[in-house]
Amino acid sequence: MRALKVHRIAPGATVQDGGRAGYMAFGVSRGGAADRLALVEGAALLRQSPECAALELPGSGGVFEATEPMRIALTGAPMRVTLDGAPLVWNASHRMGAGMRLEIGGATGGSYGYLHVGGGLDTPLLLGARSAHLAAGIGAVVQAGEALPVGPDARDEVGLFLPQDSRFDGGVLRLVESFQTGLFDAATRTRFAQTVFTRDARANRMGMRLNSEGDGFSASEGLNILSESILPGDIQITGDGTPYLLLNESQTTGGYPRIGTVIPADLPRAVQTGAGGQLRFEFVPREEALKAQQRMTDYIAQVPKLCMPLVRDPSQIRDLLSYQLISGATAGDAAESEG
Amino acid sequence: MDGAHTPKFEPVIRAAGLDGVLVSFGAALSEPANRAALAFAAAVGRSGIEGVEECAPSLVSVFLRFDPLHLELGVLVQRLSTLLSERDWYDAAMPDGRRFIRVPTVYGTELAPQLAEAAEAAGLSVEAAEEQLSTARVRVQTIGFAPGQPYLGLLPEAWNIPRQTALTKAVPEGALVVAIRQLVLFSVSNPTGWRHVGQTALSLFRPDSDTPFFLRPGDEVQFVPVSRDVLARYADDPNGGAEIEDIR
Repeated sequence: MRALKVHRIAPGATVQDGGRAGYMAFGVSRGGAADRLALVEGAALLRQSPECAALELPGSGGVFEATEPMRIALTGAPMRVTLDGAPLVWNASHRMGAGMRLEIGGATGGSYGYLHVGGGLDTPLLLGARSAHLAAGIGAVVQAGEALPVGPDARDEVGLFLPQDSRFDGGVLRLVESFQTGLFDAATRTRFAQTVFTRDARANRMGMRLNSEGDGFSASEGLNILSESILPGDIQITGDGTPYLLLNESQTTGGYPRIGTVIPADLPRAVQTGAGGQLRFEFVPREEALKAQQRMTDYIAQVPKLCMPLVRDPSQIRDLLSYQLISGATAGDAAESEG
Repeated sequence: MDGAHTPKFEPVIRAAGLDGVLVSFGAALSEPANRAALAFAAAVGRSGIEGVEECAPSLVSVFLRFDPLHLELGVLVQRLSTLLSERDWYDAAMPDGRRFIRVPTVYGTELAPQLAEAAEAAGLSVEAAEEQLSTARVRVQTIGFAPGQPYLGLLPEAWNIPRQTALTKAVPEGALVVAIRQLVLFSVSNPTGWRHVGQTALSLFRPDSDTPFFLRPGDEVQFVPVSRDVLARYADDPNGGAEIEDIR
């Protein structure tokens, strides 16, 4: 079987694709890769469909081995990685020979790293997708000892690289008002936008708790409102005034009031904020949110063209002859900027 | 957001984030508003508005997700307003194919440790609380929160109790929880702010099955009290010992 053998893996690692749209009426949120941009970037580096499933690695990676030669790409939160002991460039595509040992360590920034394979992970489709949806009980975390089936790969190109994005350092998340924003008085909303939050260590694919100094952010009638539909990006305030940012794998409805909704363009930054990372929120008008949405859509369309040849530094390659060097590659910046 | 539905309530259309819209038929739960939401969601599904990517009813509202770059919010609101004006949605019929389902349930004990706490919040003795919950014939008003998971109501007025201030870390699959005159039956283990008063052996979500979702909006349910020994007998029955009959 063409497979990726898992010798060791981070707790909570799952197979993810774009998730399942269309089941909200049945109580199943879309789910899918926590960082959708990383999925798109991996597909572009391997010149394949962004619908291919990849391995989502929360916080750290694991040890993997290919049963057959295959192409791989690494995206999302940068992690320390070696192939048979030789360092690999993150945010790039590489060739992995049969029996070679891929070791992915802890994230040096951000939260979710992704390991993509040429042909995509070919695990069974459940309700139309391969994504594990842990909160819904669909699929399960990947365990050491498993061999993940890999689909046939029609392509051969590797050695592509994408510049590292800045979305792994926390920062400002833009919010639009939502239908429950008015449940919070103006002073509370202002204080919310002035507060620096720290991402709690307990964040997961459903959501992240946002910690701050000082009072909570309570709404009037907060514990008695009707449960209403939830969308990813909603910031829900629980009864004790603590904000939770709800993500792709959140529940589909909920009764705790929501102070606003992080715009889709800023969700990759939100999910990639590492434990202890700092976040602030800024309410923006709808027009600005639409511009950001357009820029994200443009970026997604452009990603395949932004991939550039990875220029390797020969001094970092242990066994030069085992690599198929890209024509013209001698020495370069990409590998040096890795660390 | 408080105040009950009156026949004069006009549906309200509001933005939900950048790519969502919420059409609300009431500020509080009522049967006409719930029926309106179910019927309007079905009508939106049939209307096939280009740019609408998902449509889901909740208790008294309909949520639509759309592509804001290809369908302007204002245009969508106009289309929805036109659809709203086509009929009196509060007068809509219940969905077809409804069933009455009697679900064996253990009240209280270590299986459902918050019965006494919930009874106290409702101002009832534990016995009276169990009596009211187990004789109520409640209706699935929406499916939501988790896969195939029903919100059921309405319970007697005494059960208009708030959610807890802090979340319970997890209740198990089959847990029956209560707040704001509603019951929720958990389809998977999840955190909740509602109080855990009963435990069933019903499996609501079967991802490997051709019919993955057991309950549908409009179905009616009674949670019949049984002992722990009786419930244990249904451990291998995905229906948890439930008796099902069609509503004609």
